[in-house]
Amino acid sequence: MEHYNMNLTVKVWRQKNSREKGGFQSYPVKDISSEMSFLEMIDVLNEQLIRDGEDPIAFDHDCREGICGMCSMYINGKPHGAWKANTTCQLHMRAFKDGETITVEPWRAGAFPVIKDLMVDRSAFDRIIQAGGYISVNTGNAVDGNSLPINKDKADASFAAAMCIGCGACVAACKNSSAMLFLSAKVSHLALLPQGEPERKSRVINMVAQMDKEGFGACTNTGACEATCPKEISISNIARLNQEYLVASLTSDK
Amino acid sequence: MLDAKIPSGPLDDKWTEYKGHCKLVNPANKRKLEVIIVGTGLAGASAAAALGELGYKVKAFCFQDSPRRAHSIAAQGGINAAKNYQNDGDSVFRLFYDTIKGGDYRAREANVHRLAEVSTNIIDQCVAQGVPFAREYGGLLSNRSFGGTQVQRTFYAAGQTGQQLLIGAYQALERQIALGNVQMFARHEMLEIVKIDGKARGIIARNLVNGELERHFGHAVLLCTGGYGNVYYLSTNAMGSNTTATWKAHRKGAAFANPCFTQIHPTCIPVSGDHQSKLTLMSESLRNDGRIWVPKKKDDQRKAIDIPEEERDYYLERRYPAFGNLVPRDVASRAAKERCDEGYGVGTSKQAVYLDFADAIVRYGKIEAGKEGNSSKSMEEIIVLGKEVVKEKYGNLFDMYKKITGENPYEFPMRIYPAVHYTMGGLWVNYELQTTIPGLYALGEANFSDHGANRLGASALMQGLADGYFVIPYTLGNTLADEIYNKAIETSHPAFEEAEKEVADRINTLMNIKGTQTVESFHKRLGKIIWDKCGMARNKEGLLQAIQEIQALKKEFWSDVRIPGSINEMNPELDKANRVADFIELGELMCVDALNRNESCGGHFREEFQTEDGEALRDDANFMYVAAWESKSAHEWNLIKEPLVYDVVKPSQRSYK
Repeated sequence: MEHYNMNLTVKVWRQKNSREKGGFQSYPVKDISSEMSFLEMIDVLNEQLIRDGEDPIAFDHDCREGICGMCSMYINGKPHGAWKANTTCQLHMRAFKDGETITVEPWRAGAFPVIKDLMVDRSAFDRIIQAGGYISVNTGNAVDGNSLPINKDKADASFAAAMCIGCGACVAACKNSSAMLFLSAKVSHLALLPQGEPERKSRVINMVAQMDKEGFGACTNTGACEATCPKEISISNIARLNQEYLVASLTSDK
Repeated sequence: MLDAKIPSGPLDDKWTEYKGHCKLVNPANKRKLEVIIVGTGLAGASAAAALGELGYKVKAFCFQDSPRRAHSIAAQGGINAAKNYQNDGDSVFRLFYDTIKGGDYRAREANVHRLAEVSTNIIDQCVAQGVPFAREYGGLLSNRSFGGTQVQRTFYAAGQTGQQLLIGAYQALERQIALGNVQMFARHEMLEIVKIDGKARGIIARNLVNGELERHFGHAVLLCTGGYGNVYYLSTNAMGSNTTATWKAHRKGAAFANPCFTQIHPTCIPVSGDHQSKLTLMSESLRNDGRIWVPKKKDDQRKAIDIPEEERDYYLERRYPAFGNLVPRDVASRAAKERCDEGYGVGTSKQAVYLDFADAIVRYGKIEAGKEGNSSKSMEEIIVLGKEVVKEKYGNLFDMYKKITGENPYEFPMRIYPAVHYTMGGLWVNYELQTTIPGLYALGEANFSDHGANRLGASALMQGLADGYFVIPYTLGNTLADEIYNKAIETSHPAFEEAEKEVADRINTLMNIKGTQTVESFHKRLGKIIWDKCGMARNKEGLLQAIQEIQALKKEFWSDVRIPGSINEMNPELDKANRVADFIELGELMCVDALNRNESCGGHFREEFQTEDGEALRDDANFMYVAAWESKSAHEWNLIKEPLVYDVVKPSQRSYK
């Protein structure tokens, strides 16, 4: 792979904390190699800011291999940047050209308040899981793993939904800030498995109720969530969620 | 003297005996007992869920924004269990034996046997939770092979097994949070252990959002905070993974065992430049199908695909015909280093070897063509079919490789090189997972107990979940049964006050240095010292030098580090400084331990101690012990030896030939 160096301008959202108003600031960065990851470019900028006596940019990140779901950021208006099926930490600088200005912002959604700069509070997702995103099986209660054969196609479909990393890009991409793709991935993961059957109805009803309580918007089927999802969670999960919800509402005993 | 509290009786019966006779706490009393759990990876989340289910009052802490982010999530390949679903000769004994041998006879028999015993329960529990493991067409669970074994006992979920297991444990934890049994403190970092009358009774944690120090009481404290691989700066660990909790415990009296036992994983994406912040693993599962090679000619400038078969050196298959590409990690890593040091490395840095899937693609393609009953397919068609199979097995890993390197591994062999991945050393624990501080426990990678000098692939997930789901619920009760008369201690107790003051003073000192160098720059320098002198190969001279350099670095850090911002706010640089300060101290102890261990075993390779053909040369007569280090002063430690007694396995020169 050919590599090259570039000089860039990073226009980034700065906000001291959740109470104060934020705004954009521009910083030049020099000699950025195309082999670097996007976050390594931010690292370079932060080192420069510290040396210059300024406050470095706060951002969430941890595994830097696209699986923990911690990194966020809109990059040039797109959650996780322009690459398809990608997280911010896996975006590499060969996606950019010398002289470019890159605009970086935090997730924008009422249910994800900004903590500082590019960091937001996504604890709403944990509370949605608490409302029913599990199978109630205490430790030690399980029967042999092979006593319940599961059709491979169903197991694969369940896995495809379970790949969600809970990053919140679906919410950030949605004009209504809807969390339907996130929620539908969890509902699908568990509804497609026989183990999920006993709590199938209460799960979907409780989780939807919690989602609404958190202030996420409604789904209008524009598909921006699917297009931006780093794990390519399919929008067909939302159709399944709607179906599960409808059946549960009509037939639930409660 | 260290008492490992290993139950008496035959190895097979120890755990059953223990469970039959350990003390129990009745449900009404459990509700009065408070347990602090630091870290929410596989060990921490499973422990929090299991103890919450039992009715203990649990407080769980993690530095990330949610327990679902812990770095267990990045484990790719799989989890071992002695299910013998494949009818290929596996058993609890085999898993036990492979683990002891893989660890180069430096692990404790009783702990490892228990691990192998409960491994089967883990799979059952995870399936019941809805973990979507890979399945065969008949609907049953699928297995694959990992290094250091000759059976297929690894359960997996594509290349995301750690993610799926962690989500399972996370969901079980969230359920307990919803039920009110567990209180969760995300974005909190433990900065001190609080001891009262010699027992661990709580922690001081920093709320990372507002910078406030908090006091939390617990009748017992469980550290499930993972390993210390980030001491090397570049590793496959997450950016936030750190040793602070275990190191603070060490400085408060917990012995640290075998710190020099670190694992360098053979298949990682090579370093590309000075800017690099972390390294990415390519799962060991790839060695099921990938063949590792270098050109036979030094400094061969040709492209990999232009080098004909007879001019390639498949050095693992050549040196270790019995295990081939599936030798344990330490062996595979050293073999790669040996080839590169000799000048056979590939790529621009020459610090890489090839991992090639061309054969596997053709092999799978032919099987697929055979299934269609079509023997007239062209090679191109067979390759297309084969690529589909490889994609299903390893697609996410291939995608990751492509994103990072910009090269397509379906067309060209991957370039890989060893990187720091796991640390076998950790806090010394007895059979009950209790450290040398009463009431303080260490679970998962944070302890030292199960992997000896080298961990086998797919065993970290197994150990994390074994400790959390199936060991601590029993062993913790044995201690807490004696605590039912002790009420929760108010956090206004002088011990809490003093511990908080210690933390506050330390932070103040750090912030007031106002030097010129960034935290990151110190971390990089530390990493380089340790990688060069206490990495894949070590020697006496280098280690002595490293100790001097680290001591000098420590002085420089405490006089010239620059931390921007202030204390009472979110300040990631301050958090990083706290962690790097501890890594520096740990780095010194690693070198002290490596210097003391005048032998080579597993991941610890002392150049002075090797066989004629370059294999690790153990010295069982003098070093068949766990080196547990007690902190005496800033640069002084007491060595306490726990002799390793092998009642069942006969230690021998490890051979994979």
